[in-house]
Amino acid sequence: MRYLTDRKRAVGMGSAKSGTAHFWAMKVSSVALLFLVPLFVFTFGSVLGESYETVTAYYARPFPALVAALTIVVGLEHFQSGAQVLIEDYVHGLAQKITIILVKCLAYGAMATGLFAIAKLAL
Amino acid sequence: MADVNRGNRPLSPHLTIYRPQLTSMTSILVRITGNALIVGALLCIWWLLSAATSPAYFALANGVMTSWLGKLIMLGSIWAIWYHTLGGIRHLIWDNAVGLDIPTAYKLGWTVVIGSFVLTALTVIVL
Repeated sequence: MRYLTDRKRAVGMGSAKSGTAHFWAMKVSSVALLFLVPLFVFTFGSVLGESYETVTAYYARPFPALVAALTIVVGLEHFQSGAQVLIEDYVHGLAQKITIILVKCLAYGAMATGLFAIAKLAL
Repeated sequence: MADVNRGNRPLSPHLTIYRPQLTSMTSILVRITGNALIVGALLCIWWLLSAATSPAYFALANGVMTSWLGKLIMLGSIWAIWYHTLGGIRHLIWDNAVGLDIPTAYKLGWTVVIGSFVLTALTVIVL
C-alpha cells in the first residue's frame, strides 16, 4: 500500500468537483434575470395576442428586441445550469449523462432559435 | 482505504420520513417552477419565430398562444416566473447567511407564496 496522507487521499474525491463555479454561475445569472424578467414579461406581454403588423413593428424597435434577446440568452443559460442539477439529483449513471446532454441541446437549440427570430424581426 | 460498501450505505432521512413543512414545500416549488418554465419559454420562442417567418405561420402560433390552453399555460408561466423570482431572491438573501432561523424562514416562505399570487394578479391587470 502506498503511503498517502489523509489529506492527499481526500483531495479531489468530493462530489462537487467544479461545483463552486457552477453555483456562482447560477447566482450571477439569477441577479441578471432579476432585472431582465420583469422587463421581458411586460414588453413581451404587451404585444402577445396583437396583430402580425403590430408585433413585427414592435420587435423592430431596439429596446424590446434587446430585452428579448438578453432574456432568451441569460434565461436559457440559467435553465440549462439549473436543469443539470435537477437531473444529477434524480437520474444516475449513463442515463444521467445522456439526459444532461439532451437538455443542454434543447436549451442551446431554443436559445439559437430565439436569437434568430429576434434578429430577423429586428433587422 | 478502499470503500468496500459503495452504494449500500444508509441514507440520511428525507422525503419518506419528514412531515411536509412550509420550508420544504416552498423549496421544491422553486425547483418545479424553474424547470417547468421551459414549456412557456419554448412557446414564447416559437411565437417569436412565427412572427419572424410569415403572417400565415404567425396566425397559427398566435392562435395556439391565445387559445384557452395557451392562455392557461401563459397564466401558469406568469405565476411560475414570479414564484421562481421571489424564491430566488430568498436564496440570494440566505446566501449571506441571514434569515436562516425558522421564524424568519417561515416569514420569507409566506412572502414568496403570497407575493407570487399578488404579482401574478398585478401582471394580469396591467397586461
